[in-house]
Amino acid sequence: MTDDEPAVIRIRGAEVRLAHKTVWRHVDLDVGPGQFVAILGPNGVGKSTLLKAVLGLVPLAAGTAEVLGLPAGSANHEIGYLPQRRSFDPSLRIRGVDIVRLGLDGDRWGIPLPGRASRDARRRVGELLELVGATAYATRPIGECSGGEQQRLLIAQALARRPRLLLLDEPLDSLDLPNQASVAALVARICRDEDVTVLIVAHDVNPILGYLDRVVYLGGGGAITGDPETVINSENLTRLYGAPIEVLRTSTGRIVVVGQPESPTYHPDLAHHHDHPHVGH
Amino acid sequence: MLATDATPQLTWDLARDVHQLFEFHFMVNAFRAGTVVAVVAAAIGWFVVLRQQTFAGHTLSVVGFPGAAGAIWLGVSATYGYFAFCIAAALVIALVPRGRGRAFSEESAVIGTIQAFALACGFLFASLYSGFLNGIDSLLFGSFLGITDGQVLTLLVVGAGALAVLIVIGRPLLFASVDADVASARGIPVRVLSVVFLVVLGVAVAEASQITGSLLVFALLVVPAAAAQRITSRPVVGFVGAIGLGLVITWLGLGLSYYADYPVGFWTTTVAFAIFLGAEIASRATRAALAARRPSPTVVGP
Repeated sequence: MTDDEPAVIRIRGAEVRLAHKTVWRHVDLDVGPGQFVAILGPNGVGKSTLLKAVLGLVPLAAGTAEVLGLPAGSANHEIGYLPQRRSFDPSLRIRGVDIVRLGLDGDRWGIPLPGRASRDARRRVGELLELVGATAYATRPIGECSGGEQQRLLIAQALARRPRLLLLDEPLDSLDLPNQASVAALVARICRDEDVTVLIVAHDVNPILGYLDRVVYLGGGGAITGDPETVINSENLTRLYGAPIEVLRTSTGRIVVVGQPESPTYHPDLAHHHDHPHVGH
Repeated sequence: MLATDATPQLTWDLARDVHQLFEFHFMVNAFRAGTVVAVVAAAIGWFVVLRQQTFAGHTLSVVGFPGAAGAIWLGVSATYGYFAFCIAAALVIALVPRGRGRAFSEESAVIGTIQAFALACGFLFASLYSGFLNGIDSLLFGSFLGITDGQVLTLLVVGAGALAVLIVIGRPLLFASVDADVASARGIPVRVLSVVFLVVLGVAVAEASQITGSLLVFALLVVPAAAAQRITSRPVVGFVGAIGLGLVITWLGLGLSYYADYPVGFWTTTVAFAIFLGAEIASRATRAALAARRPSPTVVGP
């Protein structure tokens, strides 16, 4: 790596259309090395789609997306990806340690032979389990692990090959509040200590608010990017949605967004109401 | 079941009994074929249970029946009928897109309809073949009589091919079975693997059908793996254990049907059922014991 390292993610004027409908457009995003960035917004605005665009799994209808200095999709071997999911089937008889091991060499053909490579792999899996604090339950069938335990094991799996970029799609979804807080803290620690850039999708910003360098707020077919304090306020979100939105702060610092449409669909014929929904950063 | 004059008597002297078991060439061939089939079916069955594709396995086995009956009616060996119909049906299932929810229930209705039609066609073919004594019984419920050297060789070659394919795709297939989204993000061709696996499954079902008959295929395909996965969640141990249990089921089933005058399909299925029951009880007991003294700090390697 050189001193003038390229941006980890650089998106310019991106637009995604799925089934002849614009999901979002005019999206700009810069993510630097080691940053912790959240993609926020209500359900159905295309947060996961943005992650898939970064992976090159969804084509852009307009604009460009560069990831780790290459066009999106070309550097996926350096990306750890954790898709949105429901939990594993309770009857699935595979141990957590096996799930993590799959992240290391699960895409190789043939069967692993005993020897040095196999010993190295086992040691790496041990390190990963320790990193996420999953050693105690790693030999239990994953279907019997709790949601928080499964999420930690999956994060270990995504980290197995020392990716430079970690894409997490709603990793806090369906966890209880204490687990949300501890998994958020874990991701922040990994971002800092392992020097991994993290792009995380969330529909509630509060568990990760204290760790974020930058947010992308999606809504109304566009996006606002910037640091969390300047992006998440009534004025910006009202402009983004073209409808009155109120951002409230509780005495404990939690953010409550009032009035955002739960599942907004983007209507091209209404686009003139918010012709330039993105706000400079 | 047996057409020999003297019904073999169990002497309870193991060496003598085993010697007596292999006295006739048809019995040697039954053991050869059974061994090949047990290994292939249990190995592939381990993935079937993991991927929850037992329904597909059942469909393939039912479709194999008209294949075998039709082959005999046309004067060809049933072996070819099983292989041709099971593999063709596997390709058809692979090309039907898999859905969830409502789409899946519609697909189930279609497959149920096809299963009924397949059984009816098999019945027709068996009736059309006039010299078909007890034919339907052995096609549906299994038989180990009259397996030729050529059939053993065919089972061995095709089975070894299927196992070789399984070993090559094993690890990515495991990844895709457990976590298809992450696997495909990693560049694993999930869709291609599922098609290849269904064809391999078709081969396994065709092989197992020749020992257990079309309706009792699960005794060798599903039960060894289901029992092994109840005992252990370690992939390698479970995989090897399933093969071991498959061999026990087949050998005991063949031996018992040689000495006791009941059909082989009954004996293999009964042994399989007993093993599954034992595994289920053992797994419940272990889980209860573990729950009593959790958290267990021991970490064992894979």
